[in-house]
Amino acid sequence: MTGEPAAQALGGASSAAGGASSRGGAPDRSALVVEHLTKCFGDRVAFDDVSFEVGYGEVFGFLGPNGAGKTTTVRTLGTLIAPTSGSATVAGIPLGAENGPAIRARISIMPESPGLYLRLTVMENLQCFAGLYELDDVRGRIERALRAVNVVDRAGDPCGSLSKGLRQRVALARALLNDPAVLFLDEPTSGLDPVATREVHELIATLRERGVTIFLTTHRLEEAERLCDRVAILNTTLRLIGRPEELRAQLFRRSLDVRIRTPLDDPQALFGAVGEVEGWERVPSGYTLAVSAPDIAAPAVARALVGAGAEILSIAESRHSLEDVYLELIDEDVEARRR
Amino acid sequence: MSFSRTRVAAIAVKELRDYRHNRFVIGTMAFLPLIFVAAPVVQLLTVSASVGSSKLDSRVGLSLLYMLLIPAIVPSTLAAYSVVGEREQGTLEPILITPIRREEFLVGKALAVAAPTITIAYAIFGIFLAAAALLANHVIASAVFAGSHVLVQLLFTPLLAGWSIWVGIAISARSSDVRVAQQLSVLASLPPLGIVALMQFKVITPSTGVALALAAALLIVDALGWRAVAAIFDRERLITGTRT
Repeated sequence: MTGEPAAQALGGASSAAGGASSRGGAPDRSALVVEHLTKCFGDRVAFDDVSFEVGYGEVFGFLGPNGAGKTTTVRTLGTLIAPTSGSATVAGIPLGAENGPAIRARISIMPESPGLYLRLTVMENLQCFAGLYELDDVRGRIERALRAVNVVDRAGDPCGSLSKGLRQRVALARALLNDPAVLFLDEPTSGLDPVATREVHELIATLRERGVTIFLTTHRLEEAERLCDRVAILNTTLRLIGRPEELRAQLFRRSLDVRIRTPLDDPQALFGAVGEVEGWERVPSGYTLAVSAPDIAAPAVARALVGAGAEILSIAESRHSLEDVYLELIDEDVEARRR
Repeated sequence: MSFSRTRVAAIAVKELRDYRHNRFVIGTMAFLPLIFVAAPVVQLLTVSASVGSSKLDSRVGLSLLYMLLIPAIVPSTLAAYSVVGEREQGTLEPILITPIRREEFLVGKALAVAAPTITIAYAIFGIFLAAAALLANHVIASAVFAGSHVLVQLLFTPLLAGWSIWVGIAISARSSDVRVAQQLSVLASLPPLGIVALMQFKVITPSTGVALALAAALLIVDALGWRAVAAIFDRERLITGTRT
């Protein structure tokens, strides 16, 4: 992974706020280092003892149910609110009130709501933010940002006349203006229809291909699975972190799904006789067999079933989605709270 | 990172562009002062040229008091909208996640309210002077054009506007509802006007010294206003709605 700046991704010059080198964009450094970060609002804990690292150029998914603390984490890392305890380094700068403006100059946050000035045109909105970032070559930067999100032809339109999807694109263009070292996207597809969602996904995928570091909070699991290199699951505390396939392996044993036309008379006798099968359970669609090596177990199970006269419809390794992982964890939390 | 004029200008220009796109904002700002100018002009036109000097002074003073109401009241609703309005329309968070400092944000907002306020207040005063010169008896017109009156108006217009703007923004920064902020702001803009009124009616003997002292006090309040408002501008509370 490299620390290629977003401006480079957009085909532009490096930021007035600092180029890649001044951002600590070296591959061996982390864009985000979070250590035991906690935020409480009075007695209410928003998130607790959260630690993780995000490398430059990585797309990091931050998942969790509503109220899990995702947005509060983003706001804390964006210096909008102060942590109660713990520490963090954002784009190479220690998190702290005194470093707020410097951190905010090097990152961008696209909040859940686009927050555009609806009476102003797209261009006027972006000009305002270019001024707030004290950018040079304002016109060029705005053009590149608009081109990156495919809304160049709407530059003169009032934001109030744009569809929700287009407003989201303009908000993304605004977030790209300052060539951020880390781009925080907070529920970027929230409330969008499927077409607009797909468009935003394509934009994120394009940024990912170009090496922009993205911190994506979402509760859309297919979105995280499709776009993210690694994901973390937060439910006030950080429950799991890793690549989606690692999380699946961590939470679920490998297994085979067996579908046959009619139920077996004595499944215990049949599956128990196959050495590769470590356990079995009846499910509505057939049987799920716990195995260590599906590639070896599947032919053995097939032979045993054929030998027993069963009519096999399919034998396949069980696929657990990120959603299964997520629901498993959240269910565990619900159970723990009940107890 | 030092105080940035570029960021102040970005906020002020954005606000002025917003006014331009929504002309009702300035239109309604100017409407009330136009009513205010009618009453004092009628007062001047109805006063007899033979009236005694103290009564003449009183009438002229009352008319000019109306003029001073304009910079005190006109900016209050806009100033009261400045922070809580951004918050309600969901635009505050995108602004605050840029490198802008709260002082820069507040000064940008104040300038954007001050510009139309002072323009309108001076324009209305110009209309009042023109009406006095063209329509009123020359004795009354002379009283209106007495150097001290014009000077007081010119001096106190921006000072009173500054007070109202900072009070309005302060209320806006601590409010969670635009309507409450606007109502409180109108009320809070009145105290300095009370002092001016006492002076106009000679409860406080008007003198150059008193006027200068009052002007100096308002100048200090205006100059320090942004620091005072910045101190109560709580980024976290504004974003999350919770008290820290």
